[in-house]
Amino acid sequence: MVPQSTFMVCAEIIGDQVENLRQLLGGMNCEPGVVDPNNSLVPFAQFKGLHVARFAIIESQTNDDVEAYNISLKRWPPTLIFLGDCDGPYDLFLAEVAVRAGPGLRKIFSHCVNFNPESEILLEWMLENNKKPTANYINWIGRTVTQVHEEIQLHRLLNERVRQMQQENGVESALGLHQDLRQFVRSEIDSNNLELSKEPRTPVKWRVGNFFHKVTVPLALLLLTPLFLVLAPFYALKLRMLERSDLEITPRPDPDHISKLAAHEDRMVTNQFTAFGDVKPGLFRRYTIIFLLFMLNYAARHIYNRGFLTRVQTIHFARWVLLDDKTRVLFASNYDGDLESYMDDFINKVGWGLNLVFSNGIGWPRTRWLIKGGSLHEQKFKYYLRRHQHLSDVWYKAYPDATAVDIARNSEIRQGLEKQRFASEQDAQKWVQLI
Amino acid sequence: MSKREKIDFSDVQGICRFAHGRLTNAEFLLLKIKDVEVAKQWLSQAPVSTAESKSPVPETAMHIAFTATGLIKLGLSEQILSGFSEPFVSGMTAKNRSRRLGDVGNNSPSTWLWGGDDVASPDVLLMLYAAPEKLDGWQSEVMGMKFNQAFDLQHCLRTNDEVRTEPFGFADGISQPEIDWGQQQATDIHSRYTYSNLLALGEILLGYRNEYGEYTDRPLLESDLDALAKVLPRAEENPRLRDLGRNGSYLVFRQLEQDVDGFWRHLKGASDGDSNKMEALAEAMVGRRRDGSPLMSETPYSIPGVDKDKGINQFDFNADPGGLVCPVGAHVRRSNPRTGDYPPGNASFIKRLLSLFGFGKKSRSQDLIASTRYHRILRRGRQYGPVQNSSDYQRGLHFICLSANIARQFEFVQNAWIANAKFGGLQDETDPLLGNRQPLNNGSPTDRFSRPQKSGPAQCMRGIPQFVTVQGGAYFFLPGIRALKYIAETPFGTDGG
Repeated sequence: MVPQSTFMVCAEIIGDQVENLRQLLGGMNCEPGVVDPNNSLVPFAQFKGLHVARFAIIESQTNDDVEAYNISLKRWPPTLIFLGDCDGPYDLFLAEVAVRAGPGLRKIFSHCVNFNPESEILLEWMLENNKKPTANYINWIGRTVTQVHEEIQLHRLLNERVRQMQQENGVESALGLHQDLRQFVRSEIDSNNLELSKEPRTPVKWRVGNFFHKVTVPLALLLLTPLFLVLAPFYALKLRMLERSDLEITPRPDPDHISKLAAHEDRMVTNQFTAFGDVKPGLFRRYTIIFLLFMLNYAARHIYNRGFLTRVQTIHFARWVLLDDKTRVLFASNYDGDLESYMDDFINKVGWGLNLVFSNGIGWPRTRWLIKGGSLHEQKFKYYLRRHQHLSDVWYKAYPDATAVDIARNSEIRQGLEKQRFASEQDAQKWVQLI
Repeated sequence: MSKREKIDFSDVQGICRFAHGRLTNAEFLLLKIKDVEVAKQWLSQAPVSTAESKSPVPETAMHIAFTATGLIKLGLSEQILSGFSEPFVSGMTAKNRSRRLGDVGNNSPSTWLWGGDDVASPDVLLMLYAAPEKLDGWQSEVMGMKFNQAFDLQHCLRTNDEVRTEPFGFADGISQPEIDWGQQQATDIHSRYTYSNLLALGEILLGYRNEYGEYTDRPLLESDLDALAKVLPRAEENPRLRDLGRNGSYLVFRQLEQDVDGFWRHLKGASDGDSNKMEALAEAMVGRRRDGSPLMSETPYSIPGVDKDKGINQFDFNADPGGLVCPVGAHVRRSNPRTGDYPPGNASFIKRLLSLFGFGKKSRSQDLIASTRYHRILRRGRQYGPVQNSSDYQRGLHFICLSANIARQFEFVQNAWIANAKFGGLQDETDPLLGNRQPLNNGSPTDRFSRPQKSGPAQCMRGIPQFVTVQGGAYFFLPGIRALKYIAETPFGTDGG
């Protein structure tokens, strides 16, 4: 398989250029929230290995919230982020982007403080300003854009074929249908209506590294267990003290802010979400969030890499990035459905998981024992999310009409198809129902 | 924590508790305020029906609700208004909301008969109910002398409830949540393993705890600054403040035109003229038979808030994950999927723990649908148009529902369940009755309905035309009786807050 990788170019925008940049970015859209995949600046559709990508301007509309802690305001300059998820190594991908979208990207990045359009080498600059996520979630590790598209086409053809058979002769047995469809697919491949690429070999280096990571982390944790046990009571005490004294900052978001965000939402079955906020001051919160994001990253990489993140099956890609000397956190995700259902999933299905990470952020609704409360305060939580959310000026997804569940189903259909024969009529029937 | 006070039914409009089933004649008047002073006088004397049980049952009833623009016209300050929830303030037709509700294409507000824009949007909704033959008398009695001075009648929406079926011919209004008036049921977030039909009072009435054990948005006023606010009840969670929302609710009104002939014509075509097949297809689309009996058989366990003797609501879909008995896309399954807080089959602690981390699913689609209890509405709609089969007249449903949180209840049901082409893992189909049949972003059609089969592939009907068209709508605030008094008495022209 070809494992995905991720990039996030992050650069300060020249003070008076924010609006100009927004306008330039807006020009890549057909209408708000709907990118022209072949736009002249960054023609996303040309990059066959690109799953999702976005441009957003992070202005920290909640910067003043740190005043609740009587610490001095740290300036957060308006910052451009260009992030995405692609097949194969991100540096190779960025090299391809630099070649094919060089002029467009130069035009965009020329609004940034440290980019000199005349002398800068684009690829080098992008790599220099690339920020790695502290935790990263991929719905299905190793499923390429090519595979997604091929399997969408496979499903479409099978669906049409089955319907045609139903109308003509009817369908007798699922086992027989499976054999018929295998033959049909072979002929479709022969006549170039369909391509089903073989799975490429997994890079050895990646496999070794992944295995090493998978094993060493639990080992290290095991070794550290005695230390954790000794620290636990002190940790718990400090945690409860902080949880009692930390301030909730959950005012209602400005209606104009909501309306700007909403203009970019519900344009297709999938939506994007970008949020930004400050980590609570103090070493306690700092190391808590670092440790929890490390654990989250581990879980995402080795446990939740097959279509679901705990109970949630609607997230394609998500990342958590600590920025500005780990005092701020950026969260960006691609999810199926409407924001209201996304937020309700957050509350009802993974409220505890959300609390673990985000309760270390300034203003989060009050938690108890790191997992209880917090996002379960529905209204405060929803306000908090909306208030910290940032507009994604440009957002691209390579397969607009397909949800994560659709894509997983298509893969399952293909796996069934590639079986010589099902063991029983029952098994075959289960497969047929997927079509 | 705050004290839970017993509910005072004399402060609640009766429609929150009663559907006025015996008052078969009803009409809904959409009003524009002409003269604010006179309107206020009229409102302060209006004989609004309360939720108190009366014997004998009255022969007439009346209810009043306001849009956000109506409240502004009556003198409520912007500050008070901003205490209401965002959907109510910005309205059903606010930019970006139409997309979410599926109000695009033929449903687009620009084509509506009323409510489509600021000019066409009403200020006040007056709902009149009466026993047979009594409506005209009741109307003239209610309106009185000043009515025409106070209001312009924008539309009079008549209804027809002589038969208990909606225009397509199916029994309607069968499944309703049972309101937990006594607030007995716990609202712990992970406590309802299976479906319960008993719903927290705060899901319907403002000012009470909802299914999260919390309070929903509504304006809370400082009585120090606003002497008039003393008529209002105290806010439960903050007794220092007065609660303008308490005992009130948000009312969603949508005029849904039904193409009855088109519906049956299409089904006839899709069943090759075989009337048994046609009936079975219609039942699959609805998810119930014409008489209201469900396709699913009764569950062996009891469902809180369901009257077991009546049978017609004693079911959930746990035993039918694939939709073999009742298709996943069936209208009643979409609008009330009867899910619990966990996917089904998690009776033991270990299994629940596993499912909390996303493991132990029997199929991918098992945990896709949200827990139902956060997304219930109390329906109070009435149908309109002639009962007899006749293609000359327009027929449909004046859809009315009550909820305390428009976004999480009505809009969620409409968006994530009814209009969602991917509901429960379905493949590109929207509600078989209500769907607007608009293709997805990349052109994938959604005008389909699939019925999974025990053997062989699903039967999929394609090219379904649009049967239901939205022709009007608005979000209203249905105040409690004391809140209505506050609204009527707020001095006009001053800041009011």
